[in-house]
Amino acid sequence: MQRQVALIKQSLFDQGYLDEQFIELEELQDDANPNFVEEVATLYFKDSARLISNIEQALERGSFDFNRLDNYMHQFKGSSTSIGASKVKTECTMFREYCRVGNAEGCLRTFKQLKKEHATLRKKLEQYFQASK
Amino acid sequence: MLNPGQGRGPDSGVAGGSSNSDPFPAGLRVLVVDDDPTCLMILERMLRTCLYRVTKCNRAEIALSLLRKNKNGFDIVISDVHMPDMDGFKLLEHVGLEMDLPVIMMSADDSKAVVLKGVTHGAVDYLIKPVRIEALKNIWQHVVRKKRNEWNVSEHSGSVEETGQREDGDNNSSSANNEGSWRGSRKRKEEEVDEQGGDDKEDTSSLKKPRVVWSVELHQQFVAAVNQLGVDKAVPKKILEMMNVPGLTRENVASHLQKYRIYLRRLGGVSQHQGNMNHSFMTGQDPSFGPLSTLNGFDLQALAAAGQLPAQSLAHLQAAGLARPPSLTKPGMSVDQRSIFSFENPKIRHGQMMNSGGGGNKQMNLLHGVPMEMEPRQFTGGGQMRVQQQQQQLSGGRAVGQNVQSSGMMMPVGGGPSMLQQQQQVMLSSSVPRRSETSSSSRVLPAAATTQSVVFNNFSSELPRNSFPLASAPGISVSYQEEVNSSDAKGGAGFGNPSYDIFNDYPQQHNNNNDWDLQNIGMVFNSHQDTTTASAAFSSSSSTQRQRAEHVQNHHQQQQLPSQSLNHMNGGGSVRVKSERVAETVTCPPATTLFQEQYNQEDLMSALLKQEGLPLVDNEFDFDGYSFDNIPV
Repeated sequence: MQRQVALIKQSLFDQGYLDEQFIELEELQDDANPNFVEEVATLYFKDSARLISNIEQALERGSFDFNRLDNYMHQFKGSSTSIGASKVKTECTMFREYCRVGNAEGCLRTFKQLKKEHATLRKKLEQYFQASK
Repeated sequence: MLNPGQGRGPDSGVAGGSSNSDPFPAGLRVLVVDDDPTCLMILERMLRTCLYRVTKCNRAEIALSLLRKNKNGFDIVISDVHMPDMDGFKLLEHVGLEMDLPVIMMSADDSKAVVLKGVTHGAVDYLIKPVRIEALKNIWQHVVRKKRNEWNVSEHSGSVEETGQREDGDNNSSSANNEGSWRGSRKRKEEEVDEQGGDDKEDTSSLKKPRVVWSVELHQQFVAAVNQLGVDKAVPKKILEMMNVPGLTRENVASHLQKYRIYLRRLGGVSQHQGNMNHSFMTGQDPSFGPLSTLNGFDLQALAAAGQLPAQSLAHLQAAGLARPPSLTKPGMSVDQRSIFSFENPKIRHGQMMNSGGGGNKQMNLLHGVPMEMEPRQFTGGGQMRVQQQQQQLSGGRAVGQNVQSSGMMMPVGGGPSMLQQQQQVMLSSSVPRRSETSSSSRVLPAAATTQSVVFNNFSSELPRNSFPLASAPGISVSYQEEVNSSDAKGGAGFGNPSYDIFNDYPQQHNNNNDWDLQNIGMVFNSHQDTTTASAAFSSSSSTQRQRAEHVQNHHQQQQLPSQSLNHMNGGGSVRVKSERVAETVTCPPATTLFQEQYNQEDLMSALLKQEGLPLVDNEFDFDGYSFDNIPV
């Protein structure tokens, strides 16, 4: 089990899903707070799901309020950065860049990718935490 | 991970022996505000790991009410920049003004502009997300620094009058009151961070000493006292006496005064600058500024100095296209004129100012723009008043505060208002659309001013400074303002009362008045909050002031060579101005930077107008808006 945990974790890092910020979080975990990282991850996914849905609605409206989209994405990026979700963060940055130049098509494309990365990370982390128990 | 707490963060090297019972910085009471729940959770965890006492909050409004309810319940605040309900910088201002707590800003945004904004709004630090625990380990330094600075401030502000008290304080232990021991311990703590057994304890407790919350009423009392004494002359001891608030210490007043000055500087950057310039300028010369004449404005000044050359001034103005009526000479110069003049005749004003009243007064007048002060001083010289008036007028256009001032100034002497008006009109029409708004009629400003003045008065005399923009150089003021906008020095130096929103509210104002701060944005502002700022502010303020003074002086001098000066002003005058002197105005923030930029404008007038452009009246400072009414005390 330990090995599996280590393997999962290693692959997450190797594949760039997570970055060193995740390690920082792990260091905050101790006997008094044994599930800290999992708690944070859970909170992150819950909050980011909300953000994703907000963005989705905004995009579906078709009006492309880039400012608002950028705002959402700024938040998304902030929390993704905090937990070390590297790939997700990258997509956020790209999305914001498209917002900045007003490229709706780019936004849509990037958003799709972002959702994909987000879902993948979620699954992998779930596996990871499961294996760690 | 770190073991910050084991006893003593700062001197973790010391064995947590019994002698060192002060666990500082463990137990530091931190309030962390962030709308992102993930970040909030992580930060809380990190802070707890540092052994701090953490309170988390996801909304700025809640944070503010928490702070207000527990006036002395926190040592430091950490806040995110982007929050849905309130801009982090606004919160920063509020906290700085009301609670005088150090505030650390954080954001995933690391762009220079935003970081600068943090600086100018008085944040003691700016952390880039993701925040690492190492960055949090040392936040206690801001708390200590701030306290030390406050201590220093009170020392400085004590000056002569407070020597006695100061001595007590200096003696540390000899003083029975908190202040004394606080100071003493503060000092000791600094010097011997490592250890001091009982001292540490003392230090810690001093750190935790109750903070004064500057409620609206209290601040207004403070402002009134400062105005009465004169911003430049106001010293904490006297202010304290005048305020007569039980439980308020000189220290409290001193640190608040420091912030307030910074704030004023920020507001009146432009005006002050001008004012300062004028002062310096005037000092050097007599009201008769003959030499200036090359510039239209200057000519006017000369005229003004001479006593009334309305016709000439007009001519000059027109010629110059600056439309700045030098109304200097005429005591009756209505406010409008003043404002107009402010841009152009920094010199004149100064001269007049000087004549009228003590350089100090003058400065104050200019800077503060508070009619109260100015008038008496200025009017001494009758002619001088005009200058001020003019300045005010001009500034009035711009900033709310100005208006106030102008009204004050206008009082005047009652000289040839007609002339001024004419000039003003001329100016107005010719140049600046904005200006016309403000000074369409000589009296217009006053009116505007009045409204604004009310607002401004809150801030006391210092505000008027804004109106001074004239003083230094039209360009200068302009630049300030513009800078202000860009720099977004809204933050105000932390004189955060809700009213300080003013700063935030009107970008335009910034332009005008902010020359104080804007210019010094880097320098001045930060002072509001904390140590760095405080010390910086102090030093920078003094230096800025000096610079401003210099500017002003330079300006004046430059003005004397009107053509030159104008050019300078436009292009680099500000630079020059800055260079030297320490003009008396203490409050003039070195708007120089701003000026320079402004000066690039081809039309000084338009620059000026722009600054003043703020037809403002209503908002520059938005005092009305935020006025202390909103401050829940």
